[in-house]
Amino acid sequence: MPRLDDHFWSCSCPASERHKKHLRAGAGGLAAKVDHGAPHSSPSPRRHSASVSGHHCSSSRHANSWHHHLVQRSLVLFSVGVVLALVLNLLQIQRNVTLFPDEVIATIFSSAWWVPPCCGTAAAVVGLLYPCIDSHLGEPHKFKREWASVMRCIAVFVGINHASAKLDFANNVQLSLTLAALSLGLWWTFDRSRSGLGLGITIAFLATLITQFLVYNGVYQYTSPDFLYIRSWLPCIFFSGGVTVGNIGRQLAMNLNSSPHFS
Amino acid sequence: MTLTERLREKISQAFYNHGLLCASYPIPIILFTGLCILACCYPLLKLPLPGTGPVEFTTPMKDYSPPPVDSGHKQGDPSDQPEWYVGAPVAYIQQIFVKSSVSPWHKNLLAVDVFRSPLSRAFQLVEEIRNHVLRDSSGTRSLEEVCLQVTDLLPGLKKLRNLLPEHGCLLLSPGNFWQNDRERFHADPDIIGTIHQHEPKTLQTSATLKDLLFGVPGKYSGVSLYTRRRMVSYTITLVFQHYHAKFLGSLRARLMLLHPSPNCSLRAESLVHVHFKEEIGIAELIPLVTTYIILFAYIYFSTRKIDMVKSKWGLALAAVVTVLSSLLMSVGLCTLFGLTPTLNGGEIFPYLVVVIGLENVLVLTKSVVSTPVDLEVKLRIAQGLSSESWSIMKNMATELGIILIGYFTLVPAIQEFCLFAVVGLVSDFFLQMLFFTTVLSIDIRRMELADLNKRLPPEACLSPAKPVGRPARHERQLAVRPSMPHTITLQPSSFRNLRLPKRLRVVYFLARTRLAQRLIMAGTVVWIGILVYTDPAGLRTYLTAQVTEQSPLGEGALAPMPVPSGVLPASHPDPAFSIFPPDAPKPAENQTSTGEPSGPMGPADSVHDSPVPEVTWGPEDEELWRKLSFRHWPTLFSYYNITLAKRYISLLPVIPVTLHLNPREALEGRHPQDGRSAWPPARPGTIRGGLWETSPEGPGGAQAHGDVTLYKVAALGLAAGVVLVLLLLCLYRVLCPRNYGQPGGPGRRKRGDLPCDDYGYAPPETEIVPLVLRGHLMDIECLASDGMLLVSCCLAGHVCVWDAQTGDCLTRIPHPGQRQDSSVGSVFEAQESWERLSDGGKGGLEESGDSPPLRHRPRRPPPPSLFGDQPDLTCLIDTNFSAQPRQQPPEPAQPEPRHRTSCGRARDSPGYDFSRLVQRVYQEEGLDAVHSPALRPPSPGPALPPAPEEEGGLPPEKGSPSLIWAPSADGSIWSLELQGSLIVVGRSSGRLEVWDAIEGVLRCSSEEVSSGITALVFLDRRIVAARLNGSLDFFSLETHTALSPLQFRGTPGRGSAPTSPVYSSSDAVACHLTHTVPCAHQKPITALKAAAGRLVTGSQDHTLRVFRLEDSCCLFTLQGHSGAITTVYIDQTMVLASGGQDGAICLWDVLTGSRVSHMFAHRGDVTSLTCTTSCVISSGLDDLISIWDRSTGIKLYSIQQDLGCGASLGVISDNLLVTGGQGCVSFWDLNYGDLLQTVYLGKNSEAQPARQILVLDNAAIVCNFGSELSLVYVPSVLEKLD
Repeated sequence: MPRLDDHFWSCSCPASERHKKHLRAGAGGLAAKVDHGAPHSSPSPRRHSASVSGHHCSSSRHANSWHHHLVQRSLVLFSVGVVLALVLNLLQIQRNVTLFPDEVIATIFSSAWWVPPCCGTAAAVVGLLYPCIDSHLGEPHKFKREWASVMRCIAVFVGINHASAKLDFANNVQLSLTLAALSLGLWWTFDRSRSGLGLGITIAFLATLITQFLVYNGVYQYTSPDFLYIRSWLPCIFFSGGVTVGNIGRQLAMNLNSSPHFS
Repeated sequence: MTLTERLREKISQAFYNHGLLCASYPIPIILFTGLCILACCYPLLKLPLPGTGPVEFTTPMKDYSPPPVDSGHKQGDPSDQPEWYVGAPVAYIQQIFVKSSVSPWHKNLLAVDVFRSPLSRAFQLVEEIRNHVLRDSSGTRSLEEVCLQVTDLLPGLKKLRNLLPEHGCLLLSPGNFWQNDRERFHADPDIIGTIHQHEPKTLQTSATLKDLLFGVPGKYSGVSLYTRRRMVSYTITLVFQHYHAKFLGSLRARLMLLHPSPNCSLRAESLVHVHFKEEIGIAELIPLVTTYIILFAYIYFSTRKIDMVKSKWGLALAAVVTVLSSLLMSVGLCTLFGLTPTLNGGEIFPYLVVVIGLENVLVLTKSVVSTPVDLEVKLRIAQGLSSESWSIMKNMATELGIILIGYFTLVPAIQEFCLFAVVGLVSDFFLQMLFFTTVLSIDIRRMELADLNKRLPPEACLSPAKPVGRPARHERQLAVRPSMPHTITLQPSSFRNLRLPKRLRVVYFLARTRLAQRLIMAGTVVWIGILVYTDPAGLRTYLTAQVTEQSPLGEGALAPMPVPSGVLPASHPDPAFSIFPPDAPKPAENQTSTGEPSGPMGPADSVHDSPVPEVTWGPEDEELWRKLSFRHWPTLFSYYNITLAKRYISLLPVIPVTLHLNPREALEGRHPQDGRSAWPPARPGTIRGGLWETSPEGPGGAQAHGDVTLYKVAALGLAAGVVLVLLLLCLYRVLCPRNYGQPGGPGRRKRGDLPCDDYGYAPPETEIVPLVLRGHLMDIECLASDGMLLVSCCLAGHVCVWDAQTGDCLTRIPHPGQRQDSSVGSVFEAQESWERLSDGGKGGLEESGDSPPLRHRPRRPPPPSLFGDQPDLTCLIDTNFSAQPRQQPPEPAQPEPRHRTSCGRARDSPGYDFSRLVQRVYQEEGLDAVHSPALRPPSPGPALPPAPEEEGGLPPEKGSPSLIWAPSADGSIWSLELQGSLIVVGRSSGRLEVWDAIEGVLRCSSEEVSSGITALVFLDRRIVAARLNGSLDFFSLETHTALSPLQFRGTPGRGSAPTSPVYSSSDAVACHLTHTVPCAHQKPITALKAAAGRLVTGSQDHTLRVFRLEDSCCLFTLQGHSGAITTVYIDQTMVLASGGQDGAICLWDVLTGSRVSHMFAHRGDVTSLTCTTSCVISSGLDDLISIWDRSTGIKLYSIQQDLGCGASLGVISDNLLVTGGQGCVSFWDLNYGDLLQTVYLGKNSEAQPARQILVLDNAAIVCNFGSELSLVYVPSVLEKLD
């Protein structure tokens, strides 16, 4: 049973990321077709659409440098996504960790191989989407725009995951409420923009929806199909993850744009 | 006044007072804070150290029964039983502790005999145990029924497959080494080898196989060739699944009966339960490490923002100390009030730090630092504190609120976390207010003392990458600057940040500290040390041998040995050597002290002859397992896939077994090889060769083998180190551009970071006073210089010639139109008369050329563009102004810069006093009449700028009624060149004029083409003019008398210009049009440079062309830019660089016409470009100056310029860069990107950016600075050039 649970945890993460991708595809004007069969087959068009839209919203005439920055940013975001996926996955697995290193090493890669890339891609997309929407709305994000704050945000996000993995809650309602409060607190502390809230909620909503969809299609399974447990856990994590990645993306966008001369 | 406002004021006032207090008494306050921290941390001493060490709980043996499984633990006394003591343990462990010795010791016994036969007894014991059966009323019960049945080893442990039991009872004994087969044991020639074959070579903290099977720590086992005591200990470990008191009792009784231990004082009374905490596995470590990495990144990014202080590192350290000690204090306080932390400290620590945060500290620093510098330190601190007090309090309240919300989640762990966080926040606030503020005040005070006089201009330390805190610094900048208008400011060394790419900085850092080499060295040393120490042939055994030999106990037994004595000073077995574990048996105290012979066998020899291995049992034997690694049991169970994490095991009291063997038995058990091979005169080189006469061959062979491997490994390690060093060297070479490796570079870097060292001189502390050249009415547009003379041209069309050394105005050539109606009869009048003639002739034509459709130089400041479309409005304005005092802008109160007025010594001109003005004008007119025309000889000496001439040079039209000025005169000057004493002027009308710089007369002119001359090159009597229509004209100058270039004299050119009757007798200068390239470019030529016999043109049609100067043959057309060319650089070494509107810089090979490199440099046009031997320096419309490595095209760093000063830069030497700023010029060290000096050009100059910088040969810099020119000498550079 615990192993199944693990499997669920590990699957939920990529699932979420994939939804983000779908969301992104929709925003980019592409048909949001849900391709469960081959989730790994379509990163490049998505990347392309992301870069196209990023370019579009940049409205800069220096196309080359913009492409350069965009690629740089997506690479950074991608790696952040991969690392976060691995680490958080591990955090969720950890409850039932055994003593033996061999097995632990195995559990790191117990999830499907496409999980980290998907997470990375989704992180890149969301991280590019945030600054893009900011510039579309014409209100650049000014609140606490510095790397220290971003680091703090990441730490809090990891902390939320840590808490949800480690703490023993009395019941699932408590878990849900706590996580929701923590996520909102995260947003309020580090974002405080309406666009961020909206985007985060959208991401959480869509991601959860598509996770459900995938579950009904048999790609994943819930081990404990308690409505309040996992299904309330998911949106919170998606929300805070979206806010965090968006925070990173904004910072990256700002840094690369404001100081291109400082390599 | 609302409540908030009042509150705000109160808080601000309180903070102000507090700041005063802190800054006044720093030392007592810091001491007090330190005491507070210590006091609060004191309760921490009582806390157990965090770790995963097991926890013990002891229960009496009597009436023991496993604790109930469920939840019953609450009813008992909670302090009595730990929480984990619930349910049955994983296993009960029974150790049967065997001590055995051969006694009496016989001289002809071998060292192997010490353990061979005692070990052989283990098989027998195991048999006995296995066969033990309890028979009682309830029936028979065998070992198999109670013991822990194991099924299978983990698949990963193939190595141990034969050594650990794989099925049946988990029973371990040394016999497992031989698969519990006595025959195997007897057939084994090298027991020690067998035992040690699974020992890891490296240092190991967890349990080894030997420990597992022997059940005692290695050094207690006595299985060693060098043991002193000849007593062997081992245990037989039995693991039970159930506690069966009767069976255990019977087993114990039987064993005690079979092998009585006479002087055993063990009280087998208590059962020890050992609880193992959760294991920290890799899976757990990775997230933990991640959080810590994030934490460090957070701290790094936070402390990086500390700026403008004396010691950045000190303050960063103080900030970190503040946070950490506040955490410690919070834990301490919580403990004091009876809250014991149950959370894993290491896990929540990063989150606590993140929650508490460093923000307040940074805010404080920033606010204090941005207070006015000239205030007293106390006041600065107080002001800074009070200005940020409200936000600090607000933030703190917010955080407390959030944490309070967290407290109501009612999850115990979160509640505890929140509690800690609250206490931590409060104590953090306390520390910030007392500790950090005080440290900050000390820091500020240090800075005040040290740097008060040489504070840098703020923009120097304003790194362009940091957007944070800019407003604060800007206001600071305004505060500082006006106070010291004319001083050079030297950057304090702490602010001199290297503007290199991070990649290079890393490499520099590695190179500077020789980190890699040192690491490799240290690693090698450690490695060799470990090798030497752990190798069987290594130091450890040697030391062991030495110790053994020196110990008094060994004297007797070792008497006959040839010992290289005295190698180690004789000493008692040094406790220090006890750290050399397994094979160095250090006799337990009680046994050495009770050296009496005893035992039923009785000692055969005297104490002297053979120290009788007295088998005694002391209390320390009772719990010998404590000396095992705490990973011992978890390791054992983990082999069978049983985790002990969060569970416990129970250890039963040991069963002592004493075995006494007599020498005969020992001899019987001997392996044939043991005795036979006895003494290969074991390698004489080795100290141990003769140490033990009884040393068997096996170890000896092992030694030899070990030695060879040692040497091999050492050689291999050495080779690896060398390869690594070479690899790093190569990496360094690859990563660093070539010039860093040049001599001088590294040496300079090594010598420290003071700029004076870089140049080998101490920068003069004297102030550089710029020489201000005034005389132009409008903004200066064109500048040219040949080192001796300086020619400038303003928008009004005036051309002034200055002496570049002294700053005197030599000649002044007014705009031709103004002289039209000059009424003063003089030489000038004559000159103007012919000019007027010429103007009259061409006036109609030139009018059309007066409105250039586009500006030929993008670097030109905005003003000229105003005039772009209008025909010479400048002249109109000029004429209007001509009635006003223009030489001397009123500056009576400021004698500081040495002003050189253009002409005349009207220094005491009283501003706008018009009555005096009129008087003066009349006087000067009188002077003119007296001096200038009459005294001037027809052909004056060139170097004749004496006072009278200058006076005479005063524009005579000043008082003249030249108000009627037709805008259709001559066209404005678009380009200017100077060589020798000849000025070549290109006008918008397409007219090319050659003027004598000294005399101010026109020598010749040419106006065949009416397209405006956008650029000029004057090189070796060759003039090339680039025109707006894209054509190139090559002229050659001919003089009819061979004179030095300074003395061009003669009649004005015969070619095109109408001859002037006045100068007809003088030497002639002729200007011939030699070639015309009609359509060199499709679009206007914007850049023109010539060097090394080549002429390069850059045009708006995106191409460059290279021409040969002699025959104007087009050699190459260079294509590669995607925008109009804006600037071109070529020098004698045939380096060609070009910059365009696409923001790109291209480097070309002039010989082949190929593009060498292409860099995207700027967002916007590249406005100017220059090269040194190693770098390319470019500036762009984005107000950045970027420095590129010339060979690799890598950007080294960039300098943020003031708005509108982007293009002003100049290179004085290979090391020194000059840039213009808002009212100042700055000197930079090119190699490092450090600001060396900033020279302010005047008080009223704030509004005027330095637009253009021209570097003269004598290293003076001219920048056109509105309507003024400034000559700035760099004395240090002069010295250097000498």
